Amino acid sequence: MWKTLHQIARVGIVTEPAPDSDEALRVRATLQKEILAIMGRALTVRQIDAGSCNGCELEIHALNNPVYNIEGLGIRFVASPRHADLLLVTGPVSRNMELALKRTYDATPDPKLVVAVGDCGCTGGIFGENYASAGRVANVIPVDVAVPGCPPTPQRILAAILTAISASSKQGDQAT
Amino acid sequence: MAPHRSWIDRSAPLPGCPGVRGVDVTRESWRRAALDLAAAGGRLISLWADADPPVAHAAIQCDATLMVLQLSLPDARTAYPSLADVHPVAQRMQRAAADITGIRSTDEDTRPWVRHAAWPAEYVPLGRAPAPVSGPQTVADAYSFRRVAGDGVHEIPVGPVHAGIIEPGHFRFSVVGEKVLKLEERLGYVHKGIEQRFTQLAARDGHRLAARVSGDSAVAFSWAYCQAFEGLCGHAPPPRATWLRALALESERIANHLGDLGALGNDAGFAFGLAQFSRLKELWLRALHAALGQRYLLDYVVPGGVARDPAPDALAALVERARDTAHIAARIREIYDEHEGVRDRFVGAGTVAPELAKQLGLVGFAGRASGQDQDLRVDLPCAPYAELQVKRAVRVEGDVAARAAVRFDELAESLRLVEEIATRLPAGACASAAGEPLQGTGIGLVEGWRGPTMVALAVGPQGSIRRCHPHDPSWQNWPVLEHAIIGNIVPDFPLINKSFNLSYSGHDL
Repeated sequence: MWKTLHQIARVGIVTEPAPDSDEALRVRATLQKEILAIMGRALTVRQIDAGSCNGCELEIHALNNPVYNIEGLGIRFVASPRHADLLLVTGPVSRNMELALKRTYDATPDPKLVVAVGDCGCTGGIFGENYASAGRVANVIPVDVAVPGCPPTPQRILAAILTAISASSKQGDQAT
Repeated sequence: MAPHRSWIDRSAPLPGCPGVRGVDVTRESWRRAALDLAAAGGRLISLWADADPPVAHAAIQCDATLMVLQLSLPDARTAYPSLADVHPVAQRMQRAAADITGIRSTDEDTRPWVRHAAWPAEYVPLGRAPAPVSGPQTVADAYSFRRVAGDGVHEIPVGPVHAGIIEPGHFRFSVVGEKVLKLEERLGYVHKGIEQRFTQLAARDGHRLAARVSGDSAVAFSWAYCQAFEGLCGHAPPPRATWLRALALESERIANHLGDLGALGNDAGFAFGLAQFSRLKELWLRALHAALGQRYLLDYVVPGGVARDPAPDALAALVERARDTAHIAARIREIYDEHEGVRDRFVGAGTVAPELAKQLGLVGFAGRASGQDQDLRVDLPCAPYAELQVKRAVRVEGDVAARAAVRFDELAESLRLVEEIATRLPAGACASAAGEPLQGTGIGLVEGWRGPTMVALAVGPQGSIRRCHPHDPSWQNWPVLEHAIIGNIVPDFPLINKSFNLSYSGHDL
């Protein structure tokens, strides 16, 4: 036991400051005030891999490490869409996952937010659209914020989540 | 003369990785060749098919030879003889080949594998007919799972969307109480048409898609692709390039083992392990970013060499990070080994005995934890591995504890290799122009962190890709996971599953 405690003490607190939100990542801005009023400062996130190469998942995992310490910001990954405020979706959306993604979206209580992650989630990426790929996440469910990158860094993914839950400067814009 | 020698004697070298040879077989001799090679200890690395003209391929590694059997079929309706009784791992590969090429085996299991309800059975993704116009998906796939009957038996369906940051797939557990009688996997959810996509790219650009077959194995796939491509170009990358590729491959192994060793601690209820290892992984990725320009090396291995020569100070910092990581990992290993709760969950969980591992063809680090000592870095080394004398890690217990132990050993060895590679790195350019590929088929094969990772690349006119088949070792290991869980309790499944950590994307393509 003392070895464990010694190692914990030796490492200490390594958490870095969170990045700022980034308006450039916002895709649509509707109902922000209502959503923020309900969600307050705590947020639950359900991650959905809708067809990715698993590269984005590796960087999403990193958000839970002590350096990014996403739980320290009041943001927590949950196991069920029924418990989620925000869906973090990687793509491209495979046609074999299309229905599961829609059902997961429908199972998430309103109001809800969607962040599309990675080049493939934003545009379909290198895979594009074909008999087996429906392309970008927005082709299947409404997307609020999209963060490109292959994969995007944990800081960028975190900035995208923070953008989704911050008041929009484009308040009242139509969905795109 | 041993029968398998006669196949090697009548085969001809193929471009690509060392020891790769091809031989044309007939419908009659296809199984004879597979049986002779299996009798000599051959293991099936991959099985795939071409739609047009119809050809079935099987790549079988026998000692220091990778033998590719090529069976040309008279037409697309003629089934080729199944190899599932010789190599059980062939079965799902044969089903997937039928889904995307229309070329069928004689195996009795004709259920689709990667095709769900999203496109019609008549459509052949690698055929010439245009894709059907698909509207939004409205119906779920009806798949006939094998049922277990009896008093008190019930089913637990899990997925495709899993309760974590994981790739999608479906697991159907048949259980009595907490005890698992049977697990049947249903995969294919992340099938996104990769093999069709390859045929739309120029061969000199295909490495980018290869790297994205399974993001956690980007170096393994892009290196295997480049081996095949450079083989067809008749090009040998400069020595410094191959050494830097090895540095990248070992770095990928380090990153994955660090991540999984932490996750294994977490799945055993020891969150300290996740916190410690995920910090080490983050520091490792940052050092990689500083040295090679990327955290995950998706665009590092390129035709002709590598994308970036590390600056001397960044390379020195990477070596320093490797030393520190080795030191701390050894300390945490001691803590894991002495932790009663961790030992209780690890030891005896998800056991795959060596005989079963051999019979089912378990590969990679999971195979080495079940007494299957093959490691391509030693057995069939591409440059520079012949000069590196990799120490293989082997255990025989075959449980979660053994897979964790092999990962700890391989982590330490890869960290040592990083230092050795950095110290002995040859001078010169880190890339040279590969030139234009000739028409033909090349094969690349490397020992990725998960196991043997293969790319078969057929180049057509004007440097186009006629066919490209990437093969992830998860194909071999997914069916073994179904056996590993038998008799264990449902709550141990996440731990057992993580101890293998198989790729869905690399498998589903």
